[in-house]
Amino acid sequence: MKFAIIEFPGSNCDHDCHYAITGALGHQAEYVWYQENSLAGFDIVILPGGFSYGDYLRAGAIARFSPVMDAVAKFANEGGPVLGICNGFQILTEAGLLPGALMRNVSMKFVCKNIYIKTETSDSFLTHDIDKGEVLGVPVAHMEGRYVADQNTLESLEDDDRVLFRYCDPSGQPSDKTNPNGSIDNIAGVVSAGRNVAGMMPHPERVCEEIIGGVDGLKIFQSMISYLATV
Amino acid sequence: MCRKKRMKASVTVTLKPGILDTQGQAVRHALLSMNGRQITDVRVGKLIEIELDEDDEVAAMKIVTKMCDKLLANPVTEDYDIKLLK
Repeated sequence: MKFAIIEFPGSNCDHDCHYAITGALGHQAEYVWYQENSLAGFDIVILPGGFSYGDYLRAGAIARFSPVMDAVAKFANEGGPVLGICNGFQILTEAGLLPGALMRNVSMKFVCKNIYIKTETSDSFLTHDIDKGEVLGVPVAHMEGRYVADQNTLESLEDDDRVLFRYCDPSGQPSDKTNPNGSIDNIAGVVSAGRNVAGMMPHPERVCEEIIGGVDGLKIFQSMISYLATV
Repeated sequence: MCRKKRMKASVTVTLKPGILDTQGQAVRHALLSMNGRQITDVRVGKLIEIELDEDDEVAAMKIVTKMCDKLLANPVTEDYDIKLLK
């Protein structure tokens, strides 16, 4: 099982993702430079967090024109699993591989803190091993994390069980108080209609060992691995 | 005689109505504190100026529209307006 971790100019969570997969879980991962144009031989693709292209114009807007994004789109269109974390999520929405958009936080502040998310469905490669309703402690660190989408998109996300996570309190209750960025309906992560492209603002790769504050992120990486074993 | 082909496109990108503009709100608060009590709303957009080597307005409009649809504006959250200046 081999993970591709895409490196854009300005990616900065690539090594954390690599460590989570190889160090914490003992699987294979390789960095793929943004100028590459093939993802042959990989089973799963991760777009890590960071500030690709300095967030110029809009976060993720310029990265989507990198040569590697044609390969990511091809991989996704052939059903391959693709996960975007934070800036990776922003890039996937800009590329049209996920619906909606990520806007400036409602507080106008960069939000960097430990928060809780409630798992809304087990029916995705990202939440395969996680029970619906399970609460995970995962940090966020972003300036543009406010998820927005038009009414039709929101309805289809809800109707098709495509909201993966919502910001909540430790008991799993979502509210305005537990919403770190003003996202509509507390949405923290979504999956595509084909259920193979997912995006989330929180950083699971930052909670993969007790010594750095928790292991809830491992459940997400472990889900991807056990999902891949079933296909 | 060689005629220079030159066109300038002025692209204004604004947030769609109904999309919360946090930047506009921050600016509005600052303006209110300058005693601008008449101010009821502020929305902040972007102005992008593009110079093109093209003298046909229809062709230029087509090129810039494509740029807006693909990169300069996000169709989920933003509207755009193009003005061509020869």
